[in-house]
Order: sequence, then structure tokens, then C-alpha cells
Amino acid sequence: MKNALPETGGFFARDRAMHPPAYTPGYKTSVLRSPQRALISLEGTKSEITGPVFGHNMINEFDNDLIVNYAKPGEMAIGQRILVHGRVLDERGVGVDGALVEFWQANAGGRYRHKKETYLAPLDPNFGGFGRCITDENGYYWFRTIKPGPYPWPNGVNDWRPAHIHFSIFGHGFAQRLITQMYFEGDPLIWICPIVKTIPDEEAIKRLVAPLDMSNTIPMDLRAYKFDIVLRGRRSTFFENRKEGN
Amino acid sequence: MVQPLNYLKESPSQTAGPYVHIGCTPNFTGIHGVYETDLGSGPLYNDKTRGERITIRGRVIDGSGTPLRDALIEIWQADADGFYNSPSETRGKADPNFFGWGRCPADMATGEFVFETIKPGRVPHAGRLMAPHVTLWIVARGINIGLQTRMYFSDEEAANAEDPVLNRIEHRVRVPTLIGKREGDTVTFDIYLQGENETVFFDI
Ligand SMILES: [Fe+2]
Repeated sequence: MKNALPETGGFFARDRAMHPPAYTPGYKTSVLRSPQRALISLEGTKSEITGPVFGHNMINEFDNDLIVNYAKPGEMAIGQRILVHGRVLDERGVGVDGALVEFWQANAGGRYRHKKETYLAPLDPNFGGFGRCITDENGYYWFRTIKPGPYPWPNGVNDWRPAHIHFSIFGHGFAQRLITQMYFEGDPLIWICPIVKTIPDEEAIKRLVAPLDMSNTIPMDLRAYKFDIVLRGRRSTFFENRKEGN
Repeated sequence: MVQPLNYLKESPSQTAGPYVHIGCTPNFTGIHGVYETDLGSGPLYNDKTRGERITIRGRVIDGSGTPLRDALIEIWQADADGFYNSPSETRGKADPNFFGWGRCPADMATGEFVFETIKPGRVPHAGRLMAPHVTLWIVARGINIGLQTRMYFSDEEAANAEDPVLNRIEHRVRVPTLIGKREGDTVTFDIYLQGENETVFFDI
């Protein structure tokens, strides 16, 4: 842990206008899976402002290298080689250290390695399509992969997902738990995707689009995309460190 | 003019999609050899963990009455004495043999999720004691932002009656949606996304 007081404050209230509502008929599956009653508002209790710590020792050497973590020895996944990197921050702009970041994606042809996946694009025998890492003391993470392909999906008769990488982020408190998706700068499919369009705010959507990062691109090797992820901020606890009653 | 606050905005949520298992529980979907085990799988306790062993079973059910077979459920709970195994726990030290967090994908055929855990102790909030409860987080295809709820225990009637969170719920008929039904060592907790018995979800 950092040389600081333990973080015991509650989290900033979630700005729901920045998130998709539960019911989004353009994304048909949400219709029967969306709670219809108002959420009950609750200031964070100990049960939500606490969370587990995942140790760096649970990570294997190649967990953040999707080009090789499923490949046969000496082989590599097929596709455009990329580096995805950035910071996990909270709304105060503070890097979130020790955050567990998990990611999964389709292969270069837009096909997932999953029992229920039926798209005709072929599997790549050297690509599993997932990895994980834990942020360093500044909240920084990085992984190497291939750029996923767009793929069609059953929703409208002709809906296609833009190229994307799914992210699951576990910060310091259970109330910060977040799953989201990263998109790639310049992809025209972003703006016609029914899942992207569940987010009502265009500025919020842009915060999920990773720019090409030529500064961190490795010449003759791979291109970099920079993707920062923001988790809910935590109140400072100047006046909140009093013993809780019992 | 005033100084800008300069706070960032939380990244917007997007659905976990149908293939959340690939990233979070690859062994469950048949992809072996990358992670030794799926994170958060297996019993939450070991031989030395203090507390009463229980099994939580349930399903997440959609508005047509069909269980979701592609949901992912995570739980987080206190140890037998009501302490969380977390740096943000400042009241005391939690049982070192209890991590307190688990993750379970719904069964691909039946939609059932199962957690082998211990019954948590009571945790104080705002000067009162909350009844024993487990915090749940649910994601799936078609769920745009993870759902937060809690499971309390049917064998804790007195504690439930004075729980500050349950008492917050204006429509008392909805309180039973948060109570897991205990029979022997098994606690059954079905989560309804819609309908007459829609489970209470929290904005925390
Ligand atoms: Fe996807």
C-alpha cells in the first residue's frame, strides 16, 4: 500500500447520466433483462466501500501477452500487433494501484473462442483471446495483443460490433466494480452500434474510444493505443475517521 | 471565474456481453492451460476458516421467467465476526483464512449459481448493526450496467427487523426479495430482474 491513510471514505455518487440506462430497446436483449423499478439509493456502507486485494503474485508471466499466452511454443497469434496501455484512475485523478484488469476479445477475424459462438470466421489456433494484469503503484497497466475484428451479431438484421476489447476492472471497493468496452479511433462502426448507443451521452462514448498513440508505437513491431479507465472517486476522510458505533 | 474542480468522470459501463466467461472464467468455458484455475471459483473457505459453512444457490431470472444461462455473479462478504478482508477495514483484522470474495458463472444449462461460503457476521453502519448479509454484483448480456444487490438470511428475523438498509425500503412488500431462504445449510436466493417480485437493486 501507499504511504497514506487507509481509504475509508465513501464513493462519489454515480452519475447515471453518463451510463446506459437498464432499458435500451435498440439493444433487444436488454428489454427482458432490465429492472423496471427505481434503484434504492444507499450511501456506501462498509459492505461496498471495502474490497479484496489481488496480489501481483497471482499473475503469470504471459497473462498480459495475448499474442503468445495461448500460442504453441514458438508460434504467435495472427493479426495486427498492438499494445494497449493506460492508467486506471479514479475521479479525483488519482492512479488506482493494485487494480485487477481483465480483458477479452475476438480474434483478428472477429471470432470468439467460446462454445456458444457460431460466426463463420475461423478460430486462430494460436489465439485464446483473454488476459489480465494488475496495475502498478501509479495505476498503470499494459498488454500486447492483436487488433480484434468487427463481427456481426443477431440484434437487428444487419448489426455489426465495432472492433472492441472488453474490460473488467476491480478497484479498491466493491462499489467501484465496472465492466466496459474499449473501441478504436477511426472505426465508423462505433457510431452505428446499438450497444455503443445505449450510452446516452456522446462525450461519454468518446471516453471509450482509444486513440492511436504513435509516441509509444514500437517501430517495425507494433502500434500502441492508449486507454485510460476512470473508476468512481472516493471522498477524503478528514472528518470520517471517527470510530463507528456498535 | 472560479477554480475548476477538475474531477474526472467515471468511464461509462458497457454490457459484459455473451462471452464474459472468456475473460473472467476461461476454464469454465473450456479454455484450459492459460490460468490454472478460474479466479474466485471453489469454496470461499479453507479448513482453518472460522464460521458456519453454508451453500448459497440461486438463479437470475428475466422478465419472461427464464433463468439467465450467461450471467456472471460475484459476491463479497464479511467474515464470521463481521470484518472485511480489505485495507479499508479499519475496525479490526479479518480472518486471514477468509478472502471474502467469490465469482460464479451461471450454469450453461440450468442458470444456477452456487457459492460455498460461511455465514457472515454483523457489520455496523451509522451506529447500528446491519443484519448478516452478502453483497452481490450481477452482469450479463443485456445488462448494461452491473446490478448491485444484497442477500440477507431468513433465519435472522430479529436482526433483519432492525437492519438500517432493509428499513430504508419504503415498499415493505419488496423486502422479502432480499431474503435468502435458509433450509439446513443451503440458502436459496433467486434474483428477479423484472415482474411482481423484482429484486431490490441498489444505487450505492
Ligand atoms: Fe464482444
